[in-house]
Parts: sequence; structure tokens; C-alpha cells
Amino acid sequence: MKINKYFLLALPFYLIFIFFFIIPLILTIIVSFWDYTEYSIIPDFIFDNYKYIFNKCFKFSNDLCVTFKTYLSTFYFCFMAWFFTLIIGFTVAYFLVFHVRSVGMQIVLFLICTIPFWTSNVIRMISWIPLLGRNGLFNSFLISTGVIDEPQEWFLYSHFSVILAFVHLYTLFMIVPIFNSLIRIDKSLIEAAYDSGANGFQILTNIIIPLCKPGIIIGSIFVITVVMGDFLTIGIMGGQQIASIGKIIQVEMSYLQLPSAAANAVILLIITLLLIWTMTKFIDIRKEL
Amino acid sequence: MLNKKGKSYYFCWGFFLAFVIFLYGPTFTIVVLSFQGPEGGLTFPMNGFSFHWFHKLWEGGGYVDIGSAFRRSILLGLILMVLTVLLSVSAGMAFRKKFFGANFLFLITVSSLIVPSIILSLGIALEFRLLDETLKFLGDKYSIQWIINDFQTTLNMYSSGLGAQLTWTLPFGLLIMFAIFNRFDKSFEEASVDLGASSWQTFKFVVLPIIAPSVIGIALFGFTLSYDELARSSQVMGATNTLPLELKGLTTTVTTPVIYALGTLTTGISFLAIFIAIILFMIMRKK
Repeated sequence: MKINKYFLLALPFYLIFIFFFIIPLILTIIVSFWDYTEYSIIPDFIFDNYKYIFNKCFKFSNDLCVTFKTYLSTFYFCFMAWFFTLIIGFTVAYFLVFHVRSVGMQIVLFLICTIPFWTSNVIRMISWIPLLGRNGLFNSFLISTGVIDEPQEWFLYSHFSVILAFVHLYTLFMIVPIFNSLIRIDKSLIEAAYDSGANGFQILTNIIIPLCKPGIIIGSIFVITVVMGDFLTIGIMGGQQIASIGKIIQVEMSYLQLPSAAANAVILLIITLLLIWTMTKFIDIRKEL
Repeated sequence: MLNKKGKSYYFCWGFFLAFVIFLYGPTFTIVVLSFQGPEGGLTFPMNGFSFHWFHKLWEGGGYVDIGSAFRRSILLGLILMVLTVLLSVSAGMAFRKKFFGANFLFLITVSSLIVPSIILSLGIALEFRLLDETLKFLGDKYSIQWIINDFQTTLNMYSSGLGAQLTWTLPFGLLIMFAIFNRFDKSFEEASVDLGASSWQTFKFVVLPIIAPSVIGIALFGFTLSYDELARSSQVMGATNTLPLELKGLTTTVTTPVIYALGTLTTGISFLAIFIAIILFMIMRKK
């Protein structure tokens, strides 16, 4: 294909992604094989960074190594965040598409769901503190109603608050693609199924869910990848006490152990890509826009 | 089923309302708490009502130079907004025709959305660090005085920071462009070309007015996503801090409602941007 004026139109966009996406990823892979000292990184081709990550991981003993433990914990967060964002996101999208009649109202309610996405994530996390803290609103409410006797510590800076924050921040990533799939479903299909005697549940499982599968998968990809690499939410909402791969990378960077951080990043990237690859086998993303 | 207002209808309405409360409730709480009296703490009850913590914030809160972080973030957000609009619209136009590497570009754009931010942040940090070392090496080799004497790093808010944020805002811009052109009626454009307009004239007088309201959307994404962006730029801002970076630092050190006041202010700015965008969108739609 000849290089035409359309190529030139896209060229600045292209260059940005080559310089700030392709090259950084390639460099990360290269540097993961480098050596380092306390203050410098040294070009080399060694596997020490990887060996260090999987140190004692493949010896059969009762304890899991740190790396495996961290990945297990990250997978756990992924699953929980995915599960709740899916359930909530689907219900909200379903409501917007099938129960809201006027297009104007649909747009308004859709915007209401979207607006928080354009505000600061850190602030949205901090805003749980007065609710979940030891002297927070939930604790005082539960104590005054007699459900609990003492303030509960596990509301904040715990696995619970991390998952809550993920759901709070990222349900939108499910709502948008699922909404996009649902709104394309031909309503007459549903009428036909109803006329043929299908009940609401059958319509949901046999027509609506299969037809919005692409939306569900795109949403799942977003949520799972964002949780896989997370270090901010787990850091802030976990009270800096819970480990994640993203946090390991961040901490190693702060100690300037860049090759080691790069090796961790490469492994994280491979695992994330495998997850995405598995999920995209079911759909063609480009058709869904 | 669709016409009946059965159980499902009321359940879904209830669910939606609960979801909206869940979405906005916490933010609303800190907005209320930011007006705590001077004696008030991080949680309820309110100890009176005052602008005390906003004054504190204005004075700098005794913590960091929030004012300049604020200005930096807004300036960076505006730069990102302009770049995101220009680059996305031109690339979006290009994508309507075939060009060399179109599929590859689409692939990396989508990948950029889903590659964990920390990995990209690390990669860009590495890239600029290696660039620094190369420059220093060249400076020594050819005795370039300013490099030997003054050069510190290429890592900067307006170089690596800007680039890192572009990898986050541009994919949204391009996806919006795709969404626009999937619903775009080409006949206006063809008519314009048939009447003898140049492709630039066609773009300026036919295509742009039609897509303008949606371009406002791209601008909104460009500004707000940059203004609040933290994960990608966290490792590559160099010596300066943007507001989200300062905020993240404050979460562990600040124990007064100052942080709520700051949160209220930041959220206010985001809402202002959204409000302006919606107004502009409606005005352009009317035209």
C-alpha cells in the first residue's frame, strides 16, 4: 500500500505511540535482563532478576513463595472486582436500556453514571474514610442500632475496602460496553420470545445475555487489566499493608532497582496479555464500537 | 414484558437509585465535611460550619505548595486537551480510509488502554533514563559544556509526563472518533466534493460542523483524564508534582479536613469542566 495523505494525517498519533508505548515496552523487556548496583544499571544479559522473582517458588514445600502469594492475592482482587462490577454493571445497563423509555432520560441517567469517571480517583477513594473509619458513619450507625457493640476495624484499610473501592471506581467500565451491546438488541426479538411464551428469566438467559456477550467481555477485560496492575487503590485503601504486583514494581522503582522492576513488569505483562488473549478469542473488538 | 411495569421494573429503579447513592454518596460526604468547624475532625459529627479548612488550604495548609501543583495540573490538562483533540481528530479522519499500518495503529491504541499503567510508567521512566545516560555520555565524549555543567535529566512534566498521559487520553479520543464516524452520513461530504470543494474545505465547512459536538466530548476526556491522571505519570513527572501526586502523598500524612477541602476543590474543577462541556455541546447541537 502506498504511503498516502491519510498516513500523514495519522502520523503524529503514530509517533506518540511509537515513542511512548512501543519503545518503552521494548526497553522494559531488554532492561529486565540487565544487571544493577545501588546507583546504576548495567547492560548485560543475565537471568538473575527472573531467578530472584521465582526464588524458592518451585521447591515443593508447604509455604508459597512471595511472588505466588502476591499473584494469588491479585487474582483474588481481580475475581471479586470482576464479579461485583459485572453484576452491578449489567443490572444498571439493563435498567437504562429496557426500563428507561425516553432517549433524553436515557442520556441524562447515563451521564449521571459517567460523571464520576471524570473526577479524581484519589479523592473518590479518600471519600470512603469518613464512612468506613473506626469512628466513621457506618460504625456509629451500626452501634446505635445495636447490630455491633464495638467499632469494627475491618471496614477500612482491609481487603473489603479495597474491593469496595474497585467496584466504586470501575463499575462504569462494565456499564458502558454492556449498555452499548444491549442497546443494539432488536426489541422485536424480545417481543417475539415473549409472544412465544418465554418468561422473563428465559428471555434474559437465552436472548439478552448471549447477545450482550461482547459488551460483557470488553468490560471484563477493562476491569481485570486495571486491577491486575493496580498499586494505587490497593495502596491507599489497603493502608499500604496489602501486597500487589503493581506495588512491588513501584517499590523496586523507588529503590532504583530498575532491572528487577522490569522483570516483574514483563511477567505481569505476559500474564495480563494471556488473560486478554483468552477473553478476546470470543469476539472481534473492532466490530463493537 | 417490555410494556409491563412489573417487579423487574421497580427492582431495577431501586437498584439504580442505590447505585447512584453509592456513586455520589462518599463524595458528597467529604464535600459536607470540608466545611467542618476549626475544631472538627476527619469524621462526623460536624463541629459547626466554617470555611476554615479552605483558608488553611489557601495558605498552603502547611504541607506542600498546593497552589502551584494546582496551576501545573490545570495547565497540563489544557495542553493535553488541545493535543488530544488535534491528534484524535486527524487520526480519526485518516482511519476512514485505508493507510499504511492502520490495523497496527488500532491494535496499539487499544492495547494502550489495557496495558497496566505501572508497566508503561516504568517503561517510559527507563526510556528517559537511558536517554539521560546517552546525553551525559555524549557530553563527556565531546566535552559539551552545558551537558557537563547543568544537565540533570530529560524526565519532565512536559516531556515524559505529557507523553505518558497521551497514551491514556488518545485511545479515548480515537474511540470517540470511531463512534462518530460509524454513525456519520457520508452523503453530505460527497455532495460537497461533487460541488467542487477541496478536501480541506469539505472538512472545515461540512465534516467539522457535524462532528463538533462530539469533539467537545474528546476535549472533556483530554482535560479531565489528564487533570486526574496518576498511575501512568506517577514515575515520570521528574522533579515537579501534579495535583494528583500531591494528593496521594497527602493521604498518608494529613489528618485534618484540609484534605477534604482540597478534594472538594478538585472535584469542583472537574464538575466545572463537565458543566462547560455539556453547555457547549448543547449550544453546538442547536446550531
